[in-house]
Amino acid sequence: MKPVSFKYHDPRHLDEVVDLLSTLENAKLLAGGQTLMPMMNFRYLMPDHLIDLNKVEALDFLQVDGDYMSIGAMTRQRTLEFSSDMARHCPILLQALHFVGHRQTRNRGTMGGSLCHFDPAAELVNMTALLDGKLQIDSKKGAREVSIADFNQGFLTTQIAEGELLSRIRLTLPHALDGFAFVEFARRHGDFAIVACSSLMRLNAKGEIESVKIALSGLGAAPIRPHTIEANLLGHVPSNNIFIEAAHAANQIESVSDAYVSAVYRQHLARIMTYRALSQAAKCAQEKLNVR
Amino acid sequence: MSDKRNITVTVNGNTYEREVDTRTTLVDFLRHDLELTGTHVGCEHGVCGACTVLVDGKSVRSCLMLAVQADEQSILTVEGLALGGQLNILQQCFQDHHSLQCGFCTSGMLMTLTEFLRDHPEPTEQEVQEVLTGNLCRCTGYLPIISATLDAARKMREGSK
Repeated sequence: MKPVSFKYHDPRHLDEVVDLLSTLENAKLLAGGQTLMPMMNFRYLMPDHLIDLNKVEALDFLQVDGDYMSIGAMTRQRTLEFSSDMARHCPILLQALHFVGHRQTRNRGTMGGSLCHFDPAAELVNMTALLDGKLQIDSKKGAREVSIADFNQGFLTTQIAEGELLSRIRLTLPHALDGFAFVEFARRHGDFAIVACSSLMRLNAKGEIESVKIALSGLGAAPIRPHTIEANLLGHVPSNNIFIEAAHAANQIESVSDAYVSAVYRQHLARIMTYRALSQAAKCAQEKLNVR
Repeated sequence: MSDKRNITVTVNGNTYEREVDTRTTLVDFLRHDLELTGTHVGCEHGVCGACTVLVDGKSVRSCLMLAVQADEQSILTVEGLALGGQLNILQQCFQDHHSLQCGFCTSGMLMTLTEFLRDHPEPTEQEVQEVLTGNLCRCTGYLPIISATLDAARKMREGSK
């Protein structure tokens, strides 16, 4: 099908966007269009006004600033994929991007679009959870910052209210010695995962786990950071046994069922993905320790 | 209510100026306004890849882009691949390897692979399989498409020596 008629706006500056958002009724923001356009083609969405963000240059950037990386909401997934800063400072995100859609969709799709759509299993949402993302939301009233842990408000729903837009995502960069892994299970390459798990792990000189982060996607409306599992791993030398224990704990996390995938199966995958992510991250961390 | 804009786009080297409804998708603009019907409309929601074209050298799904967004951009469609009525290397390999049966997906396949082979002149079979995940084919089972792509890559490398 085709979209219904709408009034098209293509502002160049962020303040124009904010002005339009504060004055127009039933307006939608168009980012990369990889979700919104199908929904408009299907007429699930029939906006009266479409505000195209593709010409707002101020939303397209990627900056490394000390321990953080700031990404403009309109930065394309392709730009992230080919960024040398990303390869150097945040290789785990590259690993995750490999699973995001297809080449044609990454050429258009954006970081901000992925977060605003907030598919429960979206790889970039998982990365933002793992890297303790802080999201800057702009409106006529000014800017506010929301942590990724508070951003989700239910299935496919975020905190972004009427008149607001996501403008910037700030990620905490992994430590240089962090081993990393992103694994997922999907029925076809390029599909959203059923369950995905990512992990960052750093070992001290004695080879014990000094810091570990885990983000599990696909169990509910938002990724889960299982802080108890993370904490229980600290101080241990990586071993099959402790990872099996962690995976068993992941298996206990409450999950949702839908028409295709039962909660029990999601929990089964959570166990396997957690085990794989931790094992791979540990191996990677050990290699980094040896190189030093 | 109809919202219109004037746009200027270069398609396969020709520049066109047209007035379009802002709700018109790029693929409908190519097919209906410019009568370039080589680009196919499959699913209209970004799954099948039949409508893939290159916009400023990057493969995109033209059903998920508005014509108005292509203003002042350069587009390559399947009609722009053959030179002087001669199939190009990739197209010829598709014919030689029987890489199409009904042909519906072919233009999208060719455009995806045109970008891919430009950026990856020495692809592995695995890489070809991965890039083709964005294009559905219901006839061939993909194997002839993969072999045509690997053959085309080899011939392109030989040609550029």
